[in-house]
Amino acid sequence: MEEETHTDAKIRAENGTGSSPRGPGCSLRHFACEQNLLSRPDGSASFLQGDTSVLAGVYGPAEVKVSKEIFNKATLEVILRPKIGLPGVAEKSRERLIRNTCEAVVLGTLHPRTSITVVLQVVSDAGSLLACCLNAACMALVDAGVPMRALFCGVACALDSDGTLVLDPTSKQEKEARAVLTFALDSVERKLLMSSTKGLYSDTERRYSKS
Amino acid sequence: MAAGFKTVEPLEYYRRFLKENCRPDGRELGEFRTTTVNIGSISTADGSALVKLGNTTVICGVKAEFAAPSTDAPDKGYVVPNVDLPPLCSSRFRSGPPGEEAQVASQFIADVIENSQIIQKEDLCISPGKLVWVLYCDLICLDYDGNILDACTFALLAALKNVQLPEVTINEETALAEVNLKKKSYLNIRTHPVATSFAVFDDTLLIVDPTGEEEHLATGTLTIVMDEEGKLCCLHKPGGSGLTGAKLQDCMSRAVTRHKEVKKLMDEVIKSMKPK
Repeated sequence: MEEETHTDAKIRAENGTGSSPRGPGCSLRHFACEQNLLSRPDGSASFLQGDTSVLAGVYGPAEVKVSKEIFNKATLEVILRPKIGLPGVAEKSRERLIRNTCEAVVLGTLHPRTSITVVLQVVSDAGSLLACCLNAACMALVDAGVPMRALFCGVACALDSDGTLVLDPTSKQEKEARAVLTFALDSVERKLLMSSTKGLYSDTERRYSKS
Repeated sequence: MAAGFKTVEPLEYYRRFLKENCRPDGRELGEFRTTTVNIGSISTADGSALVKLGNTTVICGVKAEFAAPSTDAPDKGYVVPNVDLPPLCSSRFRSGPPGEEAQVASQFIADVIENSQIIQKEDLCISPGKLVWVLYCDLICLDYDGNILDACTFALLAALKNVQLPEVTINEETALAEVNLKKKSYLNIRTHPVATSFAVFDDTLLIVDPTGEEEHLATGTLTIVMDEEGKLCCLHKPGGSGLTGAKLQDCMSRAVTRHKEVKKLMDEVIKSMKPK
């Protein structure tokens, strides 16, 4: 487990700067993942989506404070640090989303009265930040060897004013979009684990984006 | 006997009820608790509303103050929500800085205001580049018995409908603002977002309007905020068990009916208040 695993994936090879226009459809930016790059945490991963990059570290299963311990499950904690400034209310809300998603897949009952801490650091933000954080957290949990019943992935999509769907939007596309939807889907049953949306959209558009 | 069983095995106790398609408090799976709303109770606030969803009680007070707009949006006012969950409402909360639950709820309400465009921020402008209104919306929970997000959204909507802003003119010579307290006008509320919360049990069963105990036993929660045209302002599903597309569809239709119920209730209350 000491060697670095470097996975590179290209779907419809495109430059990840976002300045080149992407047509509607299913093209994602170039994404990459690197595991086991930090020496102190039990597991770590860096996930890159275009220019958005998030670094995740997982400590666990480790000792837990008596006030926080759950008698039959592991206590999951997520800490999200923004690139600039101190963590605020928006970060707390995102931490809650990521934590609940991880709790749904991690087999906490195998490690009762322990804590699993996921620390996420935003390295650069160029759109689809929440999706990138989810992916980084998942890869870091895998690298740490935490037992999970499924893998999950985060996907962001933006709906612009005429209803066209763009996957993995850049910050410019997110700003111009009417709505930005972020989903987390699990790998085994393809069910919706987490959903967080920004903006107004109709129900049919939601169903289209989910498919 | 039942109380003992409930303490020892709360999940099994609940499952027995859910098998019969009902809940311990006698409700059906898709039934909401009795909703009551009281508008204009706080006389020192510019707008206020008290909402009770069964036992869950949330009061919202809106205060309007002056502020200088930011340079990149000189004609936009501000709406600043803040949800407070004091130790009064439940033994889970301690006094001190806002805990995670309160921060998440505040962020949720801020997102709802932003996404649904309930108020056009340009309406809050008095003098572009110099003076705008800032509406501080403080939501305080007085009794926490589950489903705080629905109650907060409803309280916010009712309070904003109750807000009356005085007319402000900028005096040309002194460049000071003159407030005419005698002439007040209501805010222009463009949409009516209504939140409907669901709790997921055992990855399959969906119940509407969970109480505090049900939220604790649930494996996941889902909140849908809809406006009157059936447009979704927010689909908030913070993790938890997975949901299939068909289940989500059921939730959507329930949210639509709930929206109609809430709108009817609000219109009745507003109508009864108007001749003042």
